Amino acid sequence: MAKDALMDFDKALEKFEPVIGLEVHVELSTKSKMFSSASNVFGADPNTAVTPVCLGLPGSLPVVNKDAVRYSISLGLALGCEIAETCRFARKNYFYPDLAKNYQISQFDEPIAFEGSLEVELDNGDIVTIPIERAHMEEDAGKLTHVGGATGRIQGAEYSLVDYNRAGVPLVEIVTKPIYGTEGRAGEVARAYVSTIRDIVRGLGISEARMERGNLRCDANVSLRPRGDEKLGTRTETKNVNSLRSIERAIRYEIQRQAALLDKGTAIIQETRHWHEDTGTTSPGRPKSDADDYRYFPEPDLLPIRPSRELVEELRAALPEPPAAQRRRLKAEWGFSDLDFKSIVNAGLLVEVRETVEAGANPQSARKWWMGELSRTANEMNVEPSSLVTPTQVAELQSAVDAGTINDKLAREALAGLIANEGTVAEIIEKRGLTVVSDDGALIAAIDAALASQPDVLEKIASGKVEAAGAIIGAVMKAMGGKADAARVRELVIERASA
Amino acid sequence: MSDITEDTVRHLANLARIALTPEEVTTLTSELAAIVSAVEKVNEAVSADVPATSHPIPMENVWREDVVADELTSEQALTGAPDHDGSRFRVTAILGEEA
Repeated sequence: MAKDALMDFDKALEKFEPVIGLEVHVELSTKSKMFSSASNVFGADPNTAVTPVCLGLPGSLPVVNKDAVRYSISLGLALGCEIAETCRFARKNYFYPDLAKNYQISQFDEPIAFEGSLEVELDNGDIVTIPIERAHMEEDAGKLTHVGGATGRIQGAEYSLVDYNRAGVPLVEIVTKPIYGTEGRAGEVARAYVSTIRDIVRGLGISEARMERGNLRCDANVSLRPRGDEKLGTRTETKNVNSLRSIERAIRYEIQRQAALLDKGTAIIQETRHWHEDTGTTSPGRPKSDADDYRYFPEPDLLPIRPSRELVEELRAALPEPPAAQRRRLKAEWGFSDLDFKSIVNAGLLVEVRETVEAGANPQSARKWWMGELSRTANEMNVEPSSLVTPTQVAELQSAVDAGTINDKLAREALAGLIANEGTVAEIIEKRGLTVVSDDGALIAAIDAALASQPDVLEKIASGKVEAAGAIIGAVMKAMGGKADAARVRELVIERASA
Repeated sequence: MSDITEDTVRHLANLARIALTPEEVTTLTSELAAIVSAVEKVNEAVSADVPATSHPIPMENVWREDVVADELTSEQALTGAPDHDGSRFRVTAILGEEA
């Protein structure tokens, strides 16, 4: 495949105005599926989380999951949407084995939520308002594995294997209106938007929102129009963008690719494109079907949903603080600098740090653990920091430090124990023998030994150079394998000097 | 008069992944046209101020609690499959049209 020509990004923006639109799919974390009582699980053996409904077997009928509807309404409200008085499901017909029924149950002209807007904060603190067109309920499709081709992709595959565990998992698809005026920050705006949605659904507790597992997926529509034109250009829809960083890169790439084509006078083809993380490029998929080709019609197997106004108000009252407001509050409460706070947000660890503080740790320590040791270890193991330990465990660890049971060095060892699942903090301290020695007898013996090799220290302290005690503390620590209670050693040395 | 042409039939056949011979296209074009014309008679009976009905029974909010039940084993799930690999359905590779 020939490599696409790209125009320099700044030059592309001089000539064209980018307009973006985003479709975000959120998998809801209900116990069972959208229309069937099969479990909604990730990673189960193939075709074990299925019922006849998931397999489209004759005679099986869908029934709506009440909690999926509640979650969808909560999400719609958090996106500032109107909640429909009445809404309906529709069949979206297409023939592909990822759904056995040959149609997807979705919503078409009567979505559950519509006309919203969401404020998102960019890296520099600017707020951009994203207009939301609609949020509708639908079911996820099964997973296909293509076998036979050299690449594992569909091209050249001999056959495909289908696992219907994911078929019927509840989804909410959130569709924005065209987003204008983002200019060179189009990619950043998209990333901030998806990241805000991730925060919202986690805050609501309605989705795991793990992009690497496909709980949260983003399709990015990009079009360019020559400066001064009113009419929107032809758009492409880039799929398979499954990390925040890729969203930004994919949009930037499409702007550069389309600009190069338009500049040569070549028309943009309205099509689906696939993002390739490895090469940082997009490649064409199928031409985009018109809505007509899906032959949508009202789902005859399901009845309309009319959420009562009482339910809507009950869910509205239970909404958590919006992410932007929560960030402002936490930053003030924790007394962090812009830089320190942003680093947590950008690392995607705000939820973890907040929960650690809520579990009793002070904000500085909570930040230190998550941004330091845990991020470093997670990076080495190539996993998310949140998969290593829970915020409660981190708070327990810090509480042992605060109580003087362990010092920072021993705490890092205890953390390694937590990551290795060796038990609770107390059990690990016990098993690994990590308690600091604050027994005066043992400490005095070590201090005496250290003083013997550095006899001038006591005189220095007596003459006012208290910092000289550091040399003795260091020597005692070394002698006791890092387990000495540094504060007590310091007291004892100073006591000795003034005796 | 309906708007069913041979192109419409070929397009629908393509969407439904059905291979048709030219003779079948001709036959189906006239048959589908007749069917659509017959259904169009409904328009004569219904005036514009009658709202569309998607379900004959006036009911709403029929739902189930979020509880897991009645799952199949993979052996049961694959019972009727024309082909499988022991845990997954095996199907002909089709150029992608994921929703």
